[in-house]
Parts: sequence; structure tokens; C-alpha cells
Amino acid sequence: MNLRRLSLIAVPYLWLFGLFFVPFLIVFKISLSDIALSIPPYTPTLELSEGWAGFKDMVSKFDFENFEFLATDDLYWKSYLSSVQIALISTFICLLIGFPIAYGMANAPKEWQPTLMLLVILPFWTSFLIRVYSLIGLLGQEGLLNQFLMWIGLINDPLIILNTNLAVYIGIVYTYCPFMILPIYATLIKLDGSLLEAAEDLGCSRTEAFWRITVPLSKAGIIAGCFLVFIPALGEFVIPSLLGGSDTLMIGKVLYEEFFSNRDWPVAGAVAVILLLILIVPIVLYQRNEQKMMEAEQ
Amino acid sequence: MRRLTWFNATSLTLGFAFLYIPMLIVIIYSFNESRLVTVWGGFSTKWYGELLQNEAFLSAAWVTFKVGFFSSIIATVLGTMGAYVLVRGGRFYGRTLFSGMIYAPLVMPEVITGLSLLLLFISIGLDRGLFTIILAHATFSMCYVSVVVSSRLVSFDRSVEEAALDLGATPFEAFRLVTLPIIAPAVISGWLLALTLSLDDLVIASFVAGPSATTLPIKVFSSIRLGVSPEINALSTILILIVTVGTVAASLTTKRAVMRRQKAEQMADQSS
Repeated sequence: MNLRRLSLIAVPYLWLFGLFFVPFLIVFKISLSDIALSIPPYTPTLELSEGWAGFKDMVSKFDFENFEFLATDDLYWKSYLSSVQIALISTFICLLIGFPIAYGMANAPKEWQPTLMLLVILPFWTSFLIRVYSLIGLLGQEGLLNQFLMWIGLINDPLIILNTNLAVYIGIVYTYCPFMILPIYATLIKLDGSLLEAAEDLGCSRTEAFWRITVPLSKAGIIAGCFLVFIPALGEFVIPSLLGGSDTLMIGKVLYEEFFSNRDWPVAGAVAVILLLILIVPIVLYQRNEQKMMEAEQ
Repeated sequence: MRRLTWFNATSLTLGFAFLYIPMLIVIIYSFNESRLVTVWGGFSTKWYGELLQNEAFLSAAWVTFKVGFFSSIIATVLGTMGAYVLVRGGRFYGRTLFSGMIYAPLVMPEVITGLSLLLLFISIGLDRGLFTIILAHATFSMCYVSVVVSSRLVSFDRSVEEAALDLGATPFEAFRLVTLPIIAPAVISGWLLALTLSLDDLVIASFVAGPSATTLPIKVFSSIRLGVSPEINALSTILILIVTVGTVAASLTTKRAVMRRQKAEQMADQSS
């Protein structure tokens, strides 16, 4: 291996190792430590001056107390469960809304498609925070949605949407919808139209042809879209803290508050480790789906 | 078969209405005279004036700009190198770990990335501020750059590069004169992505920023928590406008580049 190749590999490798991999080891280490009234606020710490003996001393003081605490305290497992529930339901609603949009785009006249594509990508580039913010003004008690519904006479009293779980669902669906639309559109646009014609010639009704041909052939896009919504939604922090209420339990918010408000670093570390363990399954499944899609293209 | 049916037209209209109405309302209400954000009090541009005089927002915007500028450049260089290693690196010790480290940050919850980087900076005793935000942003956006650039590297014909080497170019010259111009569109879109990610990021920055540096998203977040305000509406409108102009311009440029390339390929086919 020559020096040039070695340095080409070493620079990005060491960067990611130092700023991505090592930080995880630190989180894991702290999750095994105990909270303490010191700086940094946990114990044991590594005594570099004592060398190997110091390291062994630190390891011998590790325990799984924080994880036991997470398992026994209601707040945490309820937060994990409700995060999974909120992420799952929002992913499903995203699919219900995103699929018809992607389908409509793929079947729109060809000269419209670049514009439609641009219209989906535009929210994707627009600041996430601003899109969440735009919902606050819409969903509030005196917000425009309530004003509109009262004006058309559908309701007499304003609906309370903001600061409830409903607002969190709306927020996730609204901000993550483009992630669902794009992969589904990408598979639908490649769908061979003659297959549908053949099915209709052979006596399939239009709806039947849709369920037996279009849906199975866009499966890879549907799966990719679902994971692209589910994975970030599970650890979401901004949406529950801006749109949700005080009773909205989502693990990203719990982790943030554990660290900054309670200053309990070891417990925050343990919350992060468990969240990562929960995410490993969908991440591996997502990667496998991506690989299948790549192989199918070749 | 590509005709607009009643069903498709409805789903497109409703879908795009859902995506755009909330943002349109923010834009309309940024021109509202009244401080009450739900009552229309006549047209006015006074909130833009107040925004431009708000020192806190201006200095936060400047911090965000500096972070975005430096972190996106570092991310582009490192990400392009990373893509090169992924696609052309061959076998080396720890390759699986390397590709794992490239793909993992893309799906990692921001709270975990932020927390782990903060704990790293504290344990090595690095003071939090502008520098730590730049390091953090460069790290996660380089992975996005790598993914964008490697998809271009995979699809390009390697023999042109080999021809340059055969003709006596040094490996670096071959990269600069042959490979780089070919992958340049991907490098540029990777850079734009890195810049946008950095300008947008709230969660990671609020972990690693410390009290000395406040970015625009952190500032916006803390004022949104107090409720809707006309200044934020004005700021949002400006940002939406910048993104819209940028995206439309970028898509027009790529469209033109694709057309030019097709034309060049046609001419090459004819002459051969």
C-alpha cells in the first residue's frame, strides 16, 4: 500500500473514527457510570496518570444500574412505547397521503413532471424549523384552521389541537411527507405501463390491476419511504417539544430534558443506548431493502 | 396512459395544498400590519424593518453563515475523499467499519449524535463554541456528501481515468483533470446539501454550541417557544424565498447541463 493511498483512506477514516465512533464509546461508557456531584457529573472517570491500572479500576466500577432504572421507571418505557406508536401511526398516515401524490405525479403529463418534482423537493430544502413553525400559527386555538372551521359553521367552539398528540401526528406527517413521496415516485415512474395494459386486456379491472401490479412493483419504494419516515420520527425532538403538550412522551424529548434539565448524564447515556438498540432493526432492514433495489437495477 | 384522471388531479391538488398552505399563510401574515398574528390589520412591511434592526437575529445569522461556510467546505473535501475510498478504495483493514460510519450518521437520531459529540468535546476539554459546531456539522454532512458523490463515481467509466494515467498523468493530475470535472455536478450538489443541512440544524447545534455561540435556528427555536411572532414570519419568508430561488435556479442549471451533455453525446455519436 503506497503512502498516497494510505493518506487518502486515513484522513476520512480517522475523522469519522474520532468524531463519530469514539463519541459513541464515550456515551456507552457514561451510561455504565453513576451520577455524581462533580465536574464532569459522573463517576468513575478515567485516571490517565495511573495507566492500565487506572483503566482496570474504572471498568471494575461499571454497572448496569441505569439500565435497571430505565426498566423499572414508568416514564422511560412509556416514552419508548409511545415514540414507537407515534412513529408507526405517522408513517402509516404518510403512506396514505404520500402514495396518491406519488401516483398522481407519476401519471401526470410528462412535461409537468419536472415542475411537480420541484414542488416536492422544495419543502425538503426549506428549513425544518420553519415548516414546524408554520403549523403553530395554523393549529392554535385562535389559529386559522379554527377560524375557518367556525366560519363555515362546522364547529362552534375552537378545537384544541396545538399542544396535543394530534398536533405531533400532523407535524410529523407534514414535515416527513416528501420522504415518503420521493422513493415511491421513483419506483412508480419506472413501472412499465404495458404491464397494466396487458392486465386490462386479460380482463383485470382497473382497481384489480392496481392492487396486483402497481402496488407489488412499487413495494421497494414503499418500504424505503416507510423507513425514511419511521426512523427519524422515532427520535424526533423538535416536533414534540414545539407542537406537543406536556403529556406528549417522546424519547428524543426525554433524552434532551434528562441531559439539560436534570443534568443526569449517565441516565441520558443509557436512554441513548437503548434508543440505538431499538433503531438497529429498522436500519438493518432499510439497508437490505436498498441493496435489493440496487441489485434489481443492475 | 399518461393523462390526468380525475383521481390523480384531486390527489395532486389536495396533496400540494397540504404541503404549501401552511407556508403560504406564514408568508401572507409576514406582511400583516397588526402584531396579533391571527388578525389581519392591513398590508405592511414594517416587520422586515424590525427584523433587520434586531441585533440578536443578525448576529445569530452571521454565526450560522460562518458555520455553514466552513463546515460545508470541510464536509465536501472529506466527503469526496470518503466516496473515493468507498468506491475505489479496494480492500483494506476496517472497510466494513468505514462504510458503516459513512451510512450510520444518515439515519442516526440527532439527539444521539448531538449528545455523543458534546460528551466527546467535554471529555477532551474542548471549549464549546463556533469551532465545535463546525466540527459537528462537518462530521454529519460529510456522510451525505459521500453518498451523493459515490453514486456518481459508481456510474462513471473508469477507463477514461486509466487512459489519462497511461498517457503519463500522475494520479493527482488524473483526478484533477479527468475525474473531478466528471463528478463535479455531484460534488456541487453534495456541497449544497451540506450547506443546507448546516444552516438548518437545530438539535446538534444546541448540544454542542455552548453559551458563547448562538446560531439562527437556536435563536428562532427559543423565540418560537414563546409563540408566533411577526418577526419570525418575516424571517421565514426571507428564508423560504432564498431556498425557492436557489432550488429553481439549480434545477434549471442541471436541466441545461443535461441537455448540453445529450447534445454533445449525439454529436460524438455522429462523428464516430
